[in-house]
Amino acid sequence: MGKADSVFEVIGPIMIGPSSSHTAGAVRIGQIAGAILSEPAVKAVIYLHGSYALTGKGHGTDKALVAGLLGFGAADERISKSLKIAKEKGLLVKFRRVDLGDDYHPNTARLLLQGNKGTNFEITAISVGGGNISVIELNGLPIKLSGEYYTLITIHKDQPGIVAQASEIIAKNNVNIATANVTRQRRGGLAVMAIEMDQPLPLEAVKQLEKVAQIVRFIQPVY
Amino acid sequence: MNYRNLRDLIRLAEKRGEKIGEIVIAVEAEQKDMTSEKVREEMVTVWRVMQASIRRGLAEENRSVSGLSGGDAKLVAKTKPSFLSRRILKAVAMALGVAEVNAAMGKIVACPTAGSCGIVPAALTEAANRLKLSEEDVILALFTAAGIGIVCSINASISGAEGGCQAECGVAAAMAAGALTELAGGTPKQVGHAAALCLSNMLGLVCDPVAGLVEVPCILRNAGALMQALLAAELALAGVESRIPVDEVIGAMDEIGKALPESLRETAQGGLANTPTGQKLNRDLPLD
Repeated sequence: MGKADSVFEVIGPIMIGPSSSHTAGAVRIGQIAGAILSEPAVKAVIYLHGSYALTGKGHGTDKALVAGLLGFGAADERISKSLKIAKEKGLLVKFRRVDLGDDYHPNTARLLLQGNKGTNFEITAISVGGGNISVIELNGLPIKLSGEYYTLITIHKDQPGIVAQASEIIAKNNVNIATANVTRQRRGGLAVMAIEMDQPLPLEAVKQLEKVAQIVRFIQPVY
Repeated sequence: MNYRNLRDLIRLAEKRGEKIGEIVIAVEAEQKDMTSEKVREEMVTVWRVMQASIRRGLAEENRSVSGLSGGDAKLVAKTKPSFLSRRILKAVAMALGVAEVNAAMGKIVACPTAGSCGIVPAALTEAANRLKLSEEDVILALFTAAGIGIVCSINASISGAEGGCQAECGVAAAMAAGALTELAGGTPKQVGHAAALCLSNMLGLVCDPVAGLVEVPCILRNAGALMQALLAAELALAGVESRIPVDEVIGAMDEIGKALPESLRETAQGGLANTPTGQKLNRDLPLD
């Protein structure tokens, strides 16, 4: 955790314990993964790496990730019962400990999700301290988003014009961009774009992008 | 208006004839473009959660998932003290209780972190009961505590992984010591001395959690830190001054934190975590 620039960073957040990185951060990873899936999950295979694998059980990291998938926030007292609630809701969860190698942050979770409409996603995210997180891979493509902002995500075929189109739509709606990044598998292959914004985008603006991208997601901040 | 260290805060408070907490509220309101009223209201929400965590901490055993903690707060609360006053022992039980609630996946307020969440709520509840304070007084004192915490985060750290336990329980204790001093009628200078005396007594404390969990020794360190806060406030109110100015003590904490080996910064590789029993507790933990 760095310099606090608010009173409520040193007296706060209000959260479910025991750990901001292993519990509150894990909830946020689950929340953002659930938002990217954007339909109720029916199956989740969750890989835990590093400290998440070694101390996750005692920190309730497993329960926190599933609570987030169910849409609970970091201060929701249902977190400790989330595994039971998931079962009741028909969400099948499996946990696996994994060694992704030294290149990965010690607090890494990789979620393989299947939604009730058949959508599949693979999301890898890290918990970087103080409850802050970063999604680092989406379906194997490198990405960077924090969940602190309104976020537009697209997965599209790498071709000229998409980035311009997205920024035009964002500008037209008078929305300010906080961060933006685009990466691709290879030239002409699949590309992923994540744009973090200070204000929300209207639904019809998001719909416009669905014409040019295979997958479009607009996500609310999870903080 | 802004502040980067406690000298700034103390000067501003003296110049304006206000309490440190009032300066902290004004700066927060200005920077977040909110009214002071709104900032206070947000802290009322925080205080209510703190109080609820104390109630749960005293009422239940709060066993953790790992089985390493729970039950000590209740045990202490029902014990007739041999050395401490009844009230102080009750405050100790509160600090333990909140920390146990945290370990048992209950709702708490990180203050400044989840691992050190019991110290400020216990100190302020004791002060509120003892001095018959209004909720308004306590809210103001929480801002005083926050000002001290912010200054520590700017000039040192409030993360065990960066600065050891001194940065978590140590800073929490300094926050509590300052708030207690202000509540008992201390001047802004005395608030600074209380924070300095308190932190001086907690310098060097390492972060060595058994099995990497926020339980052993974290929960009991909340009790120890509370006692340091009460002691420092008492000393400062008596007129004892820290020979080293508070901002220099915070600087020393930063230097010490940076000098700590990684094994003693929340990695569970050294200290109590690395004792034969600490290692055994780690091995015996349920993984699935």
